[in-house]
Amino acid sequence: MINVQNLYKKFGSNLVLNDISATIKQGEVVSIIGPSGSGKSTFLRCLNLLETPTSGTILINGMDLTAKGADLHKSRQQIGMVFQHFHLFPHLTVLENLTYAPVKVKGLKRSDANDKARLLLAKVGLSDKAAAYPSSLSGGQKQRVAIARALAMEPALLLFDEPTSALDPEMVKEVLDVMKDLAKSGMTMVVVTHEMGFAREVADRVIFLDHGSLVEEGAPAAFFDNPQTDRAKAFLEKVL
Amino acid sequence: MNLDFSQIVPYIPFMLKGIWTTIQFVIVSIIVGSILGTVLALFKIGTIKPLRWFADAYTSIFRGTPLILQLMIIYYSVPQLTGYDINAFTSAVLAFGLNSSAYISEIIRAGIQAVDKGQMEAAQALGIPYRAMMKDIILPQALKNILPALMNEFITLTKESAIVSTIGYLDLMRRAQVVGSDLFRNFEPLLFVGLIYWCMVMGLTVLGRMFERRLKLSD
Repeated sequence: MINVQNLYKKFGSNLVLNDISATIKQGEVVSIIGPSGSGKSTFLRCLNLLETPTSGTILINGMDLTAKGADLHKSRQQIGMVFQHFHLFPHLTVLENLTYAPVKVKGLKRSDANDKARLLLAKVGLSDKAAAYPSSLSGGQKQRVAIARALAMEPALLLFDEPTSALDPEMVKEVLDVMKDLAKSGMTMVVVTHEMGFAREVADRVIFLDHGSLVEEGAPAAFFDNPQTDRAKAFLEKVL
Repeated sequence: MNLDFSQIVPYIPFMLKGIWTTIQFVIVSIIVGSILGTVLALFKIGTIKPLRWFADAYTSIFRGTPLILQLMIIYYSVPQLTGYDINAFTSAVLAFGLNSSAYISEIIRAGIQAVDKGQMEAAQALGIPYRAMMKDIILPQALKNILPALMNEFITLTKESAIVSTIGYLDLMRRAQVVGSDLFRNFEPLLFVGLIYWCMVMGLTVLGRMFERRLKLSD
């Protein structure tokens, strides 16, 4: 489904991603972990071209995102993204946050979009917040709305950029629970996270980045219990 | 002290008519200035270099020369250059609209740039096209940031509108001068229209506060 080949990203003379190749299959949940500054978020942001790769190709369902003249809006509609700091639209109600893009971009009828948004809000346990503004929600609630907003576009793939890092500890679980449900429902997910518990329990595969390079990847059990590389060992010793 | 307001009483209807003349041209100027200012602001934050240069040059010229000079140039040079006999109202609206658009474009540019960059990324990630993103996501949020500065600009424009009396447009200020020269008493009519200007600005201030409160609903 996603095929990344020889991805490089430079900010000025600073090499942030160094020759990364990876494949993510339909329905797979992949956790990207690594020390801060290792390029995890940049890698994720390259997948929907919020960052333009310096070189390399990204194929999503056979479509080359990096090709010249590629229809960026079209391909981004298939890729949902959940941000660390939510980025809900503060001047719109929760329901409008969920319906704006489906109506405006996909041309859905407003009534259909509303019905669908309510279903999604029920799914993330926030049916009663449809008319509220984002500023009245807690961090965990905001992030659940943000997940519902991304789902409203019916993406084939969901990207999560440290979705629980900006949350108070007691709100982390409610967001992770929603993500676990999604994973069970067969959604393809790429999750940059510091939650090793989540990576171990939910992910099908773990990708470990360090200094912009893909150092190690594998099934979570194997990776966490028996890392092959010294860098992964050193990292896991610090965080586990 | 030799103040006698009774003498201006017969002239009051004449002066009050100036309220509408002034308001009329202030409103049209604000509309022209706001539309043009928004377009210029979008040029300034856009990626098309010639448009950016144009907007910057435009701002530098209209902010860098006196308003009264711009008004005179438009009023006197248009007939001289084109033969078209431009009237006082059109010249006034042009001068004030063009001038305030330079200031408004700076206010809006700063307002747009103050909107969290994540908002743009969230919109992009949802596949929302640039135009829709600007119109429905970024500008409404920018408006909240810039409303106080924008109100300030509108208040300035309302007061500065008195300058059009110099090209003979019969606004409040001009009418006070006419009455003054008719009576050989200037202080009373000037004080009278001064009070009217103050009331107009107060009205504008209250309007701005109301609008600000409505925008704050989502906080």
